[in-house]
Amino acid sequence: MWKYVAKRFLLMIPTLFGVAVFIFVLMRIVPGDIVELRFSGESSYASKENLAAERARFGLDKPLWQQFATWMWGLVRLDLGTSMWTGAPIVEEIKLRVALSLQLAIMATAVGVLLALPLGIAAALRQDTWVDYLARIVSIAGIATPSFWLGILMILTLLVVFHWLPPMVYTPFWVNPWQNLLQLIWPALAVGYRLSAVVTRMTRSAMLEVLREDYIRTARAKGLVETLILKRHALKNAMLPVLTVTGIEFAFLMGGLVVTEQVFNLNGLGLLFVQAVTRRDYTMTQALVLLVATVFIVVNFIMDLAYGWLDPRIRYR
Amino acid sequence: MAINVPFDAAELTAAQEARAGWWGIVKDFTRRRPLGAAGAAVVLVLVVVALTANVIAPYDPEKVDFAAMLARPSAAHWLGTDAFGRDVLSRLIYGSRTALLVGFGAAVVGATVGAVLGVGSAYFGGRVDLYLQRFMDIFIAFPLIILALAIVAILGNSLPNLIMAITIPMIPRCAIVIRSSALSIREMPYVDAARAAGFGHGRIILRHMLPNVMAPYLIMLTSFLGQAILLESSLSFLGLGVQEPTPAWGLMLRGAAVDFAESAPWMAVFPGLAISLAVFAFNLFGDSLRDALDPKLRTL
Repeated sequence: MWKYVAKRFLLMIPTLFGVAVFIFVLMRIVPGDIVELRFSGESSYASKENLAAERARFGLDKPLWQQFATWMWGLVRLDLGTSMWTGAPIVEEIKLRVALSLQLAIMATAVGVLLALPLGIAAALRQDTWVDYLARIVSIAGIATPSFWLGILMILTLLVVFHWLPPMVYTPFWVNPWQNLLQLIWPALAVGYRLSAVVTRMTRSAMLEVLREDYIRTARAKGLVETLILKRHALKNAMLPVLTVTGIEFAFLMGGLVVTEQVFNLNGLGLLFVQAVTRRDYTMTQALVLLVATVFIVVNFIMDLAYGWLDPRIRYR
Repeated sequence: MAINVPFDAAELTAAQEARAGWWGIVKDFTRRRPLGAAGAAVVLVLVVVALTANVIAPYDPEKVDFAAMLARPSAAHWLGTDAFGRDVLSRLIYGSRTALLVGFGAAVVGATVGAVLGVGSAYFGGRVDLYLQRFMDIFIAFPLIILALAIVAILGNSLPNLIMAITIPMIPRCAIVIRSSALSIREMPYVDAARAAGFGHGRIILRHMLPNVMAPYLIMLTSFLGQAILLESSLSFLGLGVQEPTPAWGLMLRGAAVDFAESAPWMAVFPGLAISLAVFAFNLFGDSLRDALDPKLRTL
């Protein structure tokens, strides 16, 4: 078991290294870098010397392998460097946004799971009835509806029907919880609905699979009360794949809310990423991509372990 | 011992099947999976709309008309006009071209390249498989939109680049699913037979193994179609996809649609409806197709 954990853990390193190489190369095969982009914004003529001096300041004049080595050495010392655009330490810039993105991801996951579990279980128990069809249509619609459009509709409805707009300026939860929730509940609902769609489908199919198992028949045969069969035998086993899919979706939310953040005017990791990429802010983009990939890979790792811990039938090699 | 079965029994059913052909399959599918058939019907309508856009659209989708800015839905403009006085319905109709082009382009290329990689990975096994899988892991560690966004920001946003940006993140996702079904096919006797007959790797992969992963391939393809349309609209909404004045659904939701949402809600409502309906139809069809082809497969 521990050997497996250690092996899985060590396997994360080459993957992350690959991600780092990939984004590093990708950023640098682009025509135009941050220096050109900055100077092109100003009307004044930029001399070759100025451009070269700026590049030297960012270390962009060094050979690629050296730039990569500098970045890696920084990472090893847990130093992400400074943003090429703002000049501020990247850790500071990210710290501001992580709180928001993390809170939103947690809220959206909570909304999604609270919606999905009853819907998915009901659909499985009443397979091929109107309940099932309704649940399926609601969940397929959830996957089909762009969250950003749902967000626009929400704002529109609040505005037209209630003549009220959610606060547009972010207040941290610890400063004013009420203001904070008032702002974040809408994007959480919009994103949570999509997440619920994915989880509902998984809950339904996992439940259907488990309900056909022999031990359920045994439980019924020995005359166990139906609610007990569902709670103790079916649900417990059906929750495993549901947990995995929820974990993966949660990990994606940490960086994947780019568009929803735009609609709700939220200054989260997604927005920061869009800005960093379009400004060719190499250091910031690299740091963000690595962060998002790390979250995803670590969550996957935890889910894998949780799976084995919750289901003793699974043996790790 | 006389064989009681008529000699041409097999041929008879084959002939019947041939006669029923595609139409028979369609009828059967409709009867058994009405929801999926409804989805397919909507997809079909969409394709027809996209193909005949220049005939059925009442206006030129790019024609600016300052006399009719932000006009309400009326007999002249069924779904109203936008901030430039452009007819929303016409832009929706032409927008279906963009959506379907990107959707089909990205899904077909993504699923096909993914399938070839997945089958190849399973077929060669060993080191090739290991390295390919690790390589796929790298790409899967990015959320779809982050990877697509990075690629499009870097390549620049022309339509082919947009398609490529959406295709690349899909390839590894397809390759992993196809690989797992190809693993069992590799052990089939006919693959050994082909190898014994001295066929090359390429021929075995393309002629003997690929046709046998058709079911997961089609399933991935249909699920990618919806996702590609969603991704395109998201990127266009961010301003990193299709550029003005080309009509695209996501682009129509950008800027003025949000600013004027209160006074001109038709601008914000209809394009979103079009996206949802299209993706909904593709997913509905894909879902039923999956149930019909491979009930055990659990993809999302």
